[in-house]
Amino acid sequence: MASVGGKSFLDNLGKIYAIYTGGFILFVILLGIGEAFGMSNAAIGYTYMGITIGLYAVIGISSRTAKVSEYYVAGRSVPAFFNGMATGSDWMSAASFIGMAGTIFGLGYDGLAYIMGWTGGYVLLAVFLGPYLRKFGQFTIPDFLGARFGGHAARTIGILAAITASFTYLIAQVTGVGIIMSRFLNLDFNIGVFVGLAGILVCSMLGGMKAVTWTQVAQYIILIIAYLIPPTVMSYKATGVPISEIMYGQVLQKIDKKEKEINANPKEIEVRELWKQEVAKIDADIKGLPASLDQKKIDLQAKIAALAPDAPVADKEKLEKALKGLPKDATEAKDKWDAAKKKAAGLSKQIKPYLEPFARLDMKNMLALTFCLMVGTAGLPHILMRYYTVPSVKDARISCGWSLFFIFLLYFTAPAYAAFARDTVLSNIVGLPISQLPQWMANWGKVGLVSFKDINGDGILQFYELTIGADAIVLAMPEMAGLPYVISGLVAAGGLAAALSTADGLLLTISNALSHDLYYKMLNPQASIIKRLTVSRILLVVTAVIAAWVATYKLTIIVELVAWAFSIAAASFFPALVMGIWDKRSNKAGALAGMWVGFLSCLIYMIGSRFYGLDIWGIKTISSGLFGIPMGFIVCYVVSRMTAPPSQELQDFVESVRIPRGATKATSHDE
Amino acid sequence: MAQELKGLDKQKLKDYWKYNVRLTTITLVIWFVVTYVCSALAPQLNNIVILGFPMGYYMGAQGSLIIFVWLIFNYAFKMNKADKTYGVEEEED
Repeated sequence: MASVGGKSFLDNLGKIYAIYTGGFILFVILLGIGEAFGMSNAAIGYTYMGITIGLYAVIGISSRTAKVSEYYVAGRSVPAFFNGMATGSDWMSAASFIGMAGTIFGLGYDGLAYIMGWTGGYVLLAVFLGPYLRKFGQFTIPDFLGARFGGHAARTIGILAAITASFTYLIAQVTGVGIIMSRFLNLDFNIGVFVGLAGILVCSMLGGMKAVTWTQVAQYIILIIAYLIPPTVMSYKATGVPISEIMYGQVLQKIDKKEKEINANPKEIEVRELWKQEVAKIDADIKGLPASLDQKKIDLQAKIAALAPDAPVADKEKLEKALKGLPKDATEAKDKWDAAKKKAAGLSKQIKPYLEPFARLDMKNMLALTFCLMVGTAGLPHILMRYYTVPSVKDARISCGWSLFFIFLLYFTAPAYAAFARDTVLSNIVGLPISQLPQWMANWGKVGLVSFKDINGDGILQFYELTIGADAIVLAMPEMAGLPYVISGLVAAGGLAAALSTADGLLLTISNALSHDLYYKMLNPQASIIKRLTVSRILLVVTAVIAAWVATYKLTIIVELVAWAFSIAAASFFPALVMGIWDKRSNKAGALAGMWVGFLSCLIYMIGSRFYGLDIWGIKTISSGLFGIPMGFIVCYVVSRMTAPPSQELQDFVESVRIPRGATKATSHDE
Repeated sequence: MAQELKGLDKQKLKDYWKYNVRLTTITLVIWFVVTYVCSALAPQLNNIVILGFPMGYYMGAQGSLIIFVWLIFNYAFKMNKADKTYGVEEEED
């Protein structure tokens, strides 16, 4: 194993990963047999986590390297096919794996903006950037900005944008690791975060990009197996054909019919009416603050005092608990009740048909969101830098195709997940007596992902009494399909692989921006190789610890910030990179102005629309890049034309980037 | 940095770039139609139902993705061939 990444390893990649895949499947089967013989859920969970993280660690440690080109770009010797797999797991985060299907479950047609946006971006990447960056053949994305737009100014903005976009994203991944660990191993969230952190560092610290690449391939294989099994079984059980991606068409029709029935059902209408009254009640409470809170306290205290001495202890405990659960002050009460009001209001509204376009987002916003996600995808530095690692420009082009293919496998299954889950809820769950609800609802209720309230008190679950969190769709699917716990554990291991692989790529991007671009290129160009790699490794650990430390605060804003990161990357990076390759006349002044204006106009709209009611054409905050992206292009174009053209040398540089001839070669690992 | 330009026919370089720009444009036009035109017309496309899939929904969930994958491979193969045709391919070892 000491030769991971060596010549014999590279020559036998297909065989090695085929054996790995077979071995992993065998391991899952063995665990399944173990479960049949009474292995406990906790033991299965720990075995999964231990074995998978152990595997990644073995690959990571045996890929250790002291060569700069291996540390930064895996020796440029990753074949197109495997770079595609690595890019797939680099790209697919905890949110894609766990949250995507749930988003579609909730948003119906309009959720497809995420599916199209996060795949269509690869077309932009393949034609505008990937092959040209490979030809340029340095180590980081700021490297390109520095070389093309001369000097430290462009590189510095590149470093800033790379770190801002990657760091928020990294925190979200670390949080994802903590959540998976705490749910499946019953570990404390903070411990889960730091255990996960060790798993991340062991993959990237010793071997840099080389180690991250080969672990990402291993992680892709686990995550895709884990993702595809539950809907396949579900499809087989529901339709007799084990291809969920084709069979969910029938299910969509069933969903449509069921939704109409539900909206016509008098019981459901009664429930919605009750929620409307609830909204009015909460509203009155909020308006009556702080007196309304005091009144509630007095009422509860009176009730406790009025209890008969021989009343059951449970009754008293219940009332005391309610008293304790009251908000401490008016501010907390307002936050809590606002949230409750929002939830009640959501349940009081009749659902729009699942298949109807633009029912939840209007057309303008859906298209704008798709556009921002696409451009953001093509502008994320941790993805772009993967195309430095293939042996040639030719391979870079093909590798873009493989990347999207491997991502496609997961993304075209996500809507099937959503459809089967929605059908299960509408056809099998709604209408059941509360006492006969399936076990998985209670299991996921414990962590708050499933909740219901029998508001009309008829003892039967109505659709409008049920709330399902987006993450529950993928996590609970094995149980919905009646699969054994060994598959639930597999899904958790897959989610963990998705989070770890993305975290590795992001971490490397950040530490490379700091160690290569800031330290080596700008502060200390004389630094020796050993010094450069040591600095990089120290920064890796420091960045990871800071990210984990921030994650332990569980800030709710993080999810939102990740969405912002896309628009920021789209508005600051993408225009400058594209113009640098496609417009010879673009110069330093233009690029700098374009990046700043793109970045700022995007940021202004984000903050303005999120906090100060700024509104242009009704575009939502998440699509702020819609303004920043064109601004970045236009400003770069105009300012470049108003100032002197770039030197002949730079124009030749652009010419040279445009043709494959003369690209830096892969370095042989055995040299 | 630019020594690889030496000894290359200027006209051939121009033609190569022109070919690339054309292929890129075609790719992006298809990308645009598949993503934005199909989405905008989704309510109408939904009237056509195949295997239970309303076509508007299908395009967003699957059809567009398949076309994206095809677009990238098509672009890659054509460009890799064009490198040779215009004599700008990478040197073999």
